[in-house]
Amino acid sequence: MNKNIKVSTKNLDFYYGSSQALYDVSLTFPSNRVTALIGPSGCGKSTFLRCFNRMNDLIPGSRMTGEILFDGQNINQPSVDVVTLRSRIGMVFQKPNPFPKTIFENVAYGLRVNGIRDRESIQERVEESLKWAALWEEVKDRLHTSALGLSGGQQQRLCIARALAVKPEILLMDEPASALDPIATQKIEELIHELKKDLTILIVTHNMQQAGRVSDFTAFFYMGKLVESNETQKIFTRPRLKQTEDYITGRFG
Amino acid sequence: MSFEVQSSSPLTLERTAPMDSSQQAYQARLRRRKTWEGLVFSLFWGAVAITALGLFIILFFMVANGWQAITLTFLTEAPREAMTQGGILPCIVGTVCLALGAMAFAFPIGIASAVYLSEYARPGKTLRLIRLGINNLAGVPSVVFGLFGLALFVTYFRFGVSILSGALTLGAMSLPVIIGTTEEALKAVPNTYREASLGLGATKWQTIYRVVLPAALPGILTGGILGIGRAAGETAPIMFTAAVFFTPSLPSSLFDKVMALPYHIYVLATAGTEIEATRPLQYGTALVLITLVLGLNLMAILYRSRLRKKSR
Ligand SMILES: Nc1ncnc2c1ncn2[C@@H]1O[C@H](COP(=O)(O)OP(=O)(O)OP(=O)(O)O)[C@@H](O)[C@H]1O
Ligand SMILES: [Mg+2]
Repeated sequence: MNKNIKVSTKNLDFYYGSSQALYDVSLTFPSNRVTALIGPSGCGKSTFLRCFNRMNDLIPGSRMTGEILFDGQNINQPSVDVVTLRSRIGMVFQKPNPFPKTIFENVAYGLRVNGIRDRESIQERVEESLKWAALWEEVKDRLHTSALGLSGGQQQRLCIARALAVKPEILLMDEPASALDPIATQKIEELIHELKKDLTILIVTHNMQQAGRVSDFTAFFYMGKLVESNETQKIFTRPRLKQTEDYITGRFG
Repeated sequence: MSFEVQSSSPLTLERTAPMDSSQQAYQARLRRRKTWEGLVFSLFWGAVAITALGLFIILFFMVANGWQAITLTFLTEAPREAMTQGGILPCIVGTVCLALGAMAFAFPIGIASAVYLSEYARPGKTLRLIRLGINNLAGVPSVVFGLFGLALFVTYFRFGVSILSGALTLGAMSLPVIIGTTEEALKAVPNTYREASLGLGATKWQTIYRVVLPAALPGILTGGILGIGRAAGETAPIMFTAAVFFTPSLPSSLFDKVMALPYHIYVLATAGTEIEATRPLQYGTALVLITLVLGLNLMAILYRSRLRKKSR
């Protein structure tokens, strides 16, 4: 097992009922690196991302075959506890989805459900996470007001803080900046740069510039298949396949 | 100071380029569409007006006939002189006890069933069958519930004619409504909340308890209280299980028989010795019953809006 590979998929197939959404995807994700997943709408990026924390388990009739190795262990084994798995693999969704609770309680949520009771350590961790997500300065005076009163960009950073509070090893981000203005987007991109010191990041994005700016590796999907993956630098300058080049340069998709 | 609106050349909003055939055809079509619009609007408005009018007439009728009966004595004393004098305090207390008892029984069971059905149960034949059963239960006439309560709670469990039996019967009767509204409220909670919670490593139960139920609570409570309010006004279910013709004392335990507002109206209006003479008392009692039920509904609405505000 390669020490530098945090997680990898092997011959991953995914089905929604009888319709197949992913075909034989094999891909590796190095530790402390950002990998961007790109591809046209409906090609299966979200589906792929949601395989890693088994979020697709919630969808009736869905089925996954193949392997996902997380630190060398197949997460689809029956012996794997999905609750623990999900606490180790955080997720930030495309649309900000804070709970209808206070800002503080949103960030503290993951700690509380994982059994942390000590008020002080919760307080510390909340502050630390909010600072990490570059939101602390904006909300420190209103921690105990509803999170739904925040702007969309602030809500998204709150969701990032919420995910970070449980100290995941991998962060899955599904178009985290799609609903944000350029300034909020920039903040999140800077944040991603910071975060990769501590964790491994998978990010779905429709924005090629963004993929170029934040990621170390890029994987291009088309109709459920992995078309090409490589270092971002190489994919963006010298893609092997015409299809990839067309997509990146905006000639289709 | 006033604003002078300078009317320059009036703005005409007529389409200059015809959409298809001709300007005339377009205008004719537009007229027809507007006529329809007006017609449909009036129909719907009329429907609302009829509903509102009906409610208003009922309320007006009750208030006009009943308000004279409402005195302090009426609200705070027991009936006297073969129920032609005195008040209806035992009935008020009895109905309140029955409603509270029904809530205490039906809320936990109803909410738990709904949580199971909509959050845990696997969709399939069994689930459909259970749902069908619950929906049919909602259509069972209240007198049937009365007989059921008599057979099960009064006789079989030997609770006798008592608050307990009546509350259980009323509770059983409101279960379908409570389950239904709770399921609706749970369905209205966005799935993104569930995903966010599970994604943070929460168990299913933690997700339900900490996120889904609080978000659904306003809907659950209003629905539940409305259901209980509806049941509390029923005569048939308590006729054999809880209510008695007359008892001057207030209940002191769950096993006491009670007087109740709906049953009291029924008794005064059909079985009293002086039906005509007690008319004002009948209307007065009905008014109190309506006020109680409306008050309960109002409470539900206020409570919901407070919860909503808190979560905003
Ligand atoms: N819950 C579901 N049930 C059935 N089919 C689904 C479901 N979710 C997604 N699909 C299908 O699976 C395919 C991949 O969808 P997915 O959401 O993964 O695409 P995506 O690459 O994330 O697209 P986008 O960029 O628009 O978010 C699509 O054809 C979609 O219609
Ligand atoms: Mg997607």
